[in-house]
Amino acid sequence: MANVGIVIVSHSAKVAEGAADMVRQMVGDQVPLAFAGGSVDGGLGTDVAAIMAAIVAAWSDAGVAILVDLGGAETNSEMAVELLDEDRRGRVVVCNAPIVEGAVMAAAEASGGSPLAIVKQVAEELSPQ
Amino acid sequence: MPAALPSDLIARLIDAVAATVTAHAEELTALDQAIGDGDHGLNMRRGFDAVLAERNVIAAQPLPDALKAIGMTLVMKIGGASGPLYGTLFMAMGKELGASVTMADVVHAFGSAIDAVKARGKSEPGQKTMLDVLVPVHAALAADPRADVAAVAAAAAEATIPMKAIRGRASFLGDRSIGHMDPGARSSSLIAAAVVSVLGG
Repeated sequence: MANVGIVIVSHSAKVAEGAADMVRQMVGDQVPLAFAGGSVDGGLGTDVAAIMAAIVAAWSDAGVAILVDLGGAETNSEMAVELLDEDRRGRVVVCNAPIVEGAVMAAAEASGGSPLAIVKQVAEELSPQ
Repeated sequence: MPAALPSDLIARLIDAVAATVTAHAEELTALDQAIGDGDHGLNMRRGFDAVLAERNVIAAQPLPDALKAIGMTLVMKIGGASGPLYGTLFMAMGKELGASVTMADVVHAFGSAIDAVKARGKSEPGQKTMLDVLVPVHAALAADPRADVAAVAAAAAEATIPMKAIRGRASFLGDRSIGHMDPGARSSSLIAAAVVSVLGG
């Protein structure tokens, strides 16, 4: 079965791209990976349509784990998940984890073939409970 | 209120809300600069400009569909957290409203939509957010459909000044969020006032 995909959503296009670079360095092309950063006008912010496109780009039948930075990225990611086709909605999770460390750890876990729930759990071990 | 809103009334509602958001965009941005990331006015104006651009198409639809279209446009264009929050408010109202649109139906749908916003933002009143305006406005309308919504909304937005932010970017400031009006509460009060200015006129 395919590995879980990783999507990185930051208010900043540079942060999103940079975090993705770090993930790529760690796992190469063993994990489907995409990122969305910045608002519709190219400023700081997040864009629901771009997040949806990133989820599609990193799609895996094993599911997709999304790593976000601040509140709006989380809210817009949750909105994007709800707007997906019904058969995909249940296989995408937003992780409560630091964006860079969470993305790298989640991707490392995903590269070993772990299921979505475990990938999310590993990323969230980085957050205080 | 008529059983079904004529499309010219929907168009006038869109015009009034977009106009007030545009007129107060700098004020909303200034409020957000004090306790947030300073993009609320810009984001709201971008969202409602997009709604205004689709005004005639949206206004030609029955009210529930028009509300869903407004909500989806805001979700796609605003960019900040207010996109999904305001988007959810309008989309949830559209989902809740049927073909019949009495005042009681609208008030009921507004209440359900507020619940959807609470779930979307994982928030409750008292946390210095738009809910601190929406909830008292709904309560006033539920108690008296002729309530002075603009006054209730303005007072509710003022009441966020002494609050400490618990949700949103302002919560990072802790006690320093006290003493500033919440920008989302202000935009909600402006929109509420614009809506009733059309419906009451």
